[in-house]
Amino acid sequence: MKHKGRFGQFGGFYVPEVLIPALEEIEDAFYRFKDDPKFAAELDNLYKNYAGRPTPLYFAQRFSKHVGFNVYIKREDLLHGGAHKVNNTLGQCLLAKYMNKTKIIAETGAGQHGLATSMTAALLGLEAKIFMGALDVKRQSVNVHKMRLCGAEVCPVSGGTGTLKDAINDALRYWTANITDTFYVFGSVCGPHPFPTIVKHFQTPIGIEARSQSINTIGRLPDIITACVGGGSNSIGLFSGFMDDKDVRIVGVEPAGRGLDTTEHAATLAVGKIGVFHGAKSYLLQDDVGQVHETESISAGLDYPAVGPEHCQLKDSGRAEYTAVNDEQVLDAFGIFTKLEGILPALESSHAIAWLITQKGVLPSETNVILNLSGRGDKDVDIVEQNRQM
Amino acid sequence: MTSYKEVFANLNRAALIPFFVIGDPDFDTSLELVKAAIDAGADILELGIPFSDPIADGPTIQKADIRALAAGMTPRRALEFIKAVTDYKPIPIGLLVYYNLVYQYPTEQFFADFKAAGGSSVLVADLCIDDADEIAIPASNAGLDTVFMVTPNTTDDRAAIIASKTTGFIYAVSTLGVTGQRSTLSDMVAPLITRLKDLTDIPVCVGFGISEPAHAVQVASAGADGVIIGSKIVKFIEDNLSDKDKMKADISAFIAEISSALSLS
Ligand SMILES: Cc1ncc(COP(=O)(O)O)c(C=O)c1O
Repeated sequence: MKHKGRFGQFGGFYVPEVLIPALEEIEDAFYRFKDDPKFAAELDNLYKNYAGRPTPLYFAQRFSKHVGFNVYIKREDLLHGGAHKVNNTLGQCLLAKYMNKTKIIAETGAGQHGLATSMTAALLGLEAKIFMGALDVKRQSVNVHKMRLCGAEVCPVSGGTGTLKDAINDALRYWTANITDTFYVFGSVCGPHPFPTIVKHFQTPIGIEARSQSINTIGRLPDIITACVGGGSNSIGLFSGFMDDKDVRIVGVEPAGRGLDTTEHAATLAVGKIGVFHGAKSYLLQDDVGQVHETESISAGLDYPAVGPEHCQLKDSGRAEYTAVNDEQVLDAFGIFTKLEGILPALESSHAIAWLITQKGVLPSETNVILNLSGRGDKDVDIVEQNRQM
Repeated sequence: MTSYKEVFANLNRAALIPFFVIGDPDFDTSLELVKAAIDAGADILELGIPFSDPIADGPTIQKADIRALAAGMTPRRALEFIKAVTDYKPIPIGLLVYYNLVYQYPTEQFFADFKAAGGSSVLVADLCIDDADEIAIPASNAGLDTVFMVTPNTTDDRAAIIASKTTGFIYAVSTLGVTGQRSTLSDMVAPLITRLKDLTDIPVCVGFGISEPAHAVQVASAGADGVIIGSKIVKFIEDNLSDKDKMKADISAFIAEISSALSLS
């Protein structure tokens, strides 16, 4: 490998030997093509005309009034497929194509990354296999149908609790056996190097656009930027645009599930200990001896025991702060935001909304916040409905 | 403890190396099975500490990990287990472990305790040669050998680096894939052994997919210094969970069969 893929002590590539040649091949192709004019132009065209970039920065007037400060929404929910995931899948699938790979695999939690991969595979004529926890297949059935309609094969994974980590385990195992002709389209800024770097690169348009939109519409940089953190890709995408703007406060919001005093959450940065998992050193939810915890969150897309290595570094350096909200706060936030703005936010994104609600009366009224609305909540209507009846 | 060097030097055949998940299906039964394997002709043991997310393993060993974890196996208990095995017979024991368990123990202490329990070498399934120093230094401080994997897609340059950091034996993976039984041996295995033999004098042991006496003989005649048999043995446990006597008898018979096949070849 040419680079170490480290973010301070975090990251790296802790994988079985058999995966090394494939990771090297991807690393090599990424650095060769990312600034190649033809590749960049092709990707730019897909971002604009297929996915719908740039996404608007929208002033949420009624929600702002509700919380008592100014909230601007970066509308990644308007992208094709309904989430930020397509930024990454377009980039990686195009890379696969430039590498002459015809088969791709991906893991998915909420089904959003699986769907984005399936759409992109259809678009680019690639054969896609999507690994998805059996529980997630059940709780995100609409996305499963959409993936199949795009021609992808959905492989339910029943190991463990049947959620995202189990899907990644099986995707890695499948990749091991099919390493020569298959490209793994990793869904977030975690996993072994070079994935955290590649996925971040393809999510940077969020931050680049948000920064210039802020200057144009607010007239200056925001005071706070915030996003939900699962693996950490939509948040890194936004944060990356403001990293050098030292006065901009960066807040990542993790899922506290049924509460941080239980083990039923996925707030890795809040309570995890450093460990090695799925190819990277990062904070990790684990027991005393290092067995990895099953996690719990109302949002399938945040249900993961590790987190991207760059977030770990940002937490330790203090450049970003991380907080957590529980399922109940998230459901409330979903309801309030939808009623006030007529926008259904994904339950994942609703975590960041819920944090803003906790800041009512805390943040001064002149505060300007940019919130990344990573996805739309159509996929979550059933879950919200079930929880309302309970 | 007998060192690998002695074992390989004194054997006039390829070493027979059965693999078990420590504590599968429970501590006591597992210990009995390992003793039976020693009695039936094992030359070296490869033992795994169960992990919640064994990404290098196929379904058979995943299930073994789940059984062992459900029965309460932990890294500390695993070291007690190893002590009990080496008390029974001073046989070389190679450990196969996922990095997070070592890292949390933490690493230096883990290696020291494993050495004290009578262990010989450590192979960390998800740590490759680029980060070898994270374990090679503590291993050498503790007086343990290192074992690293080479796969059919490992380049010659890389294999040479791996050989230079290996003090025990090279674990040559027979195929591209995770652990599991296979009906035929991959045709990648013989060229891999030849390649490694041209490159290094470090012993080469082959694992993944060896499921029958004929496979073991095939690997031995291709020049391997040892054959590692995992899923096939673990499957005897899975298939006989309600009959521990049969579990033990099947494993003993199978190991004896491999042992005589290797001796005859
Ligand atoms: C809408 C949405 N937001 C956020 C996430 C979490 O991922 P990340 O933290 O990588 O942005 C997901 C994952 O599926 C998602 O679907």
